[in-house]
Amino acid sequence: MRSPVDQKGHSLRPGHRTALKSIRYLGSAKDGTDHFIKQRMTALANFFLVIVLAFVAISVSGRSYDSAIGLLGQPLVAVPLALALISVSVHLKLGLQVVIEDYVPNEGLRLVLLLLNTFFAFAIGAAGLYAVLQIMFTGAVVDSPAAAVPGG
Amino acid sequence: MTSADTTPGARRERPLSPHLSVYRPIVTMVMSIMHRITGVMNVAGFVLVVGFLLATASGPEAYATASAIYGSWLGRVILVLFTWSLIHHMLGGVRHAVWDMGRGLGDVRYSMSWATAIGSASLTVLLWVVIMIVEAV
Repeated sequence: MRSPVDQKGHSLRPGHRTALKSIRYLGSAKDGTDHFIKQRMTALANFFLVIVLAFVAISVSGRSYDSAIGLLGQPLVAVPLALALISVSVHLKLGLQVVIEDYVPNEGLRLVLLLLNTFFAFAIGAAGLYAVLQIMFTGAVVDSPAAAVPGG
Repeated sequence: MTSADTTPGARRERPLSPHLSVYRPIVTMVMSIMHRITGVMNVAGFVLVVGFLLATASGPEAYATASAIYGSWLGRVILVLFTWSLIHHMLGGVRHAVWDMGRGLGDVRYSMSWATAIGSASLTVLLWVVIMIVEAV
């Protein structure tokens, strides 16, 4: 009689339930070093993007609307800005997740807060990306000769 | 005979493991705590950044309103705090990246932590002096 096997055909005999190669590096949460690596990858991306965008922020300060739209709508500004919005949103989701896991002992409340944290990260990232796209398209309209001559 | 151990519902005072209050604050510990606090502060700052972008995307009136709010003295105080928090978290991140690679774990860890504290404060002052000079010109 064959011993039971899992979906990948690995033996499920007592004492040898899952092949070592299927669980190695994954740990009890089953995602291994995923959180650790993503937190640091986004940290590195944020480090460079924030330095670049700090100059943009200083430059935008005090500008007229058209001038601000013109600067923020440029691809060389809008694309790093969009990348930063994504990278920062992922980084803050992972960071707040650890804070919630550390300080909220009640399991039900913790699950709710972790869910809200994920929703928040996606919402704030999406809102930022929407704004950047809107600014890009507005900038294109402001810059185009057709917009300068109404009806032309 | 009853004691706190045997009486139902009674709780005996048991020793707790040492926590934050029993330790003399040392710079590595304080900077570790500050790294987490500034991380949460940066989330609030990020919301302000996205808010400004949304206002800019909404049109000239919303952009003027947002510029006035962010340029007010209270707005400026919050932006200075956010700048400090951001720089603190970035310097702390670099320190942690060095430690993650197994370097700088000797006595130099204290000076590295002091560098985060002093560096974030001085870089924030420097940055805002530059901003004020640029705005004045």
